[in-house]
Amino acid sequence: MVKNVYLDYASTTPVDPRVLKAMLPYFSKKFGNTLSFHDKGAEAAEAVEKARKQIAKIINAKPSEIIFTSSATEANNLAIKGLALANKNRGKHIIISSIEHDSVSNTADWLRTQGFEITKLPVNKNGLVSSKELEKAIRKDTILVSIIHGNNEIGTVQDIKLLGNTCRKNKVYFHIDCAQSFGKIKIDVEKDNIDLLTASSHKIYGPKGAGLLYIKSGILITPLFHGGEHERNLRSSTLNVPAIVGFAKAAEICWKEKNENKRLSKLRDKLITGILKKIPHTKLNGDLKNRLANNANITFSFIEGESLLLELNLAGIFVSTGSACSSPKLEPSHVLMAIGKNAEDAHGSIRFSLGRWTTEEDINYALKILLKTVERLRKFSPFKGKS
Amino acid sequence: MTNINSYSKKVLEHFKNPHNYGKMKNPSSIGEVGNIVCGDVMFLYIKVDKNKKNEEMIKEITFETYGCAAAIATSSAITDLVKGKTVEEALKINKDNVIKTLEGLPSIKIHCSLLAIDALNEAIFNYLEKQKRSIPKSLLKIHEKNKKERDFVEKRNSEWVKAEKIALKTK
Repeated sequence: MVKNVYLDYASTTPVDPRVLKAMLPYFSKKFGNTLSFHDKGAEAAEAVEKARKQIAKIINAKPSEIIFTSSATEANNLAIKGLALANKNRGKHIIISSIEHDSVSNTADWLRTQGFEITKLPVNKNGLVSSKELEKAIRKDTILVSIIHGNNEIGTVQDIKLLGNTCRKNKVYFHIDCAQSFGKIKIDVEKDNIDLLTASSHKIYGPKGAGLLYIKSGILITPLFHGGEHERNLRSSTLNVPAIVGFAKAAEICWKEKNENKRLSKLRDKLITGILKKIPHTKLNGDLKNRLANNANITFSFIEGESLLLELNLAGIFVSTGSACSSPKLEPSHVLMAIGKNAEDAHGSIRFSLGRWTTEEDINYALKILLKTVERLRKFSPFKGKS
Repeated sequence: MTNINSYSKKVLEHFKNPHNYGKMKNPSSIGEVGNIVCGDVMFLYIKVDKNKKNEEMIKEITFETYGCAAAIATSSAITDLVKGKTVEEALKINKDNVIKTLEGLPSIKIHCSLLAIDALNEAIFNYLEKQKRSIPKSLLKIHEKNKKERDFVEKRNSEWVKAEKIALKTK
């Protein structure tokens, strides 16, 4: 039987059947434009407002503070460019970490070309941002700090409460990118002193094409899109009602199924210990304790990630790599380099990310296949290490 | 963007069942090269012997490669192309020959085929040098480039290279 072991949930997730069911009426039956005056419009608007309430509750925000976007990338762009442009009179300095997702770091790089100054905070060897380093980096003209909550590659989870306090104390806005953590880790925007928060639908078994930005009321943001004044004029564009309804349903399911995290972290630990114990010359990347429940990032020395990816694919196992060979620019993962790994550590790094349909049997199968494939690929390698 | 479908059937075949891999005992020479762009490393071992016409022929060739599927496939392909050729003929093999036998490579992986050619040239250079023979200018030029790249990659993988050297000595 051909196996189908998907261990790339951090890339994207399948839509949960319950989510799909909730979405279906909004394609052809309840298809209205939320801004229309008539029944059809009101029906759509009601669905979106219900979704907004459902999601706001999860992070302890007011519904009016949630802006729906097409993706987490768009939300990150809106947060950073929007806040920078609206607040440039207060200062032109922005702080991000050196392990951000491209949608934050490339946005910050673009702002640099527009006259803003960007500081990229270093992280420790496990990928943690230090609040002391952050405090040192904050200047009089700093307007925004943007940090990734749960890292998409190495799974390290930041202490956002501590970082939030540091920002609040220094009167700097704090944005967190929760694309990987929303719906999985409890976040309270009030208690954690969060001003802006990005979340994504397709990482939590919702559809692609929906994301959101929480913007604490009173914060000025310049919109990226100008048009029909949807979303409090912060995001003009006819709302993608089915995707938003699906997003909210997906978030609600995640929230109700809190025990899922325990199940996943158990499977994750089984995978990590299994690899480290059975396969020589392997090491874990990221923090052991402060880690997303579904992430395992491991370096297999002497072999290259893309070839391992291909080999696993042939066995019906689907994962990701931080290898330069697999990147369009032929560069190793900037996250692994930022935590002090060598280029060759990145070269043989594999990210396994587990999810709702991952079973213990899947993990056993992955371990069995890994043992074989790593051994096979090492046969071709000129490096064997000290035996 | 490359994905699994960017690879030809031939590349996948070579990747699944590479020809002529592994360390060679008592080779005539070795070509060790590294790619400074992606970090891949390739070793080619050749054994040269006279054929019936008294020409120098590459009778045996094996590879060891640390790299992506394309790098492994190009390594395997070049051993097929070179095996049984005279040294003179082998020097004429270029990256396009490798790409052709693999039924194409994704454009971002063309550098892998160059690495295989570099490794071959380097092995032949080392052979000619060992034999104290005159070395064509073009080959000398390639060798200079290879040496620079190899130093860079060796430095990068210094721990592993050290381990290999110790392992060789203790054998």
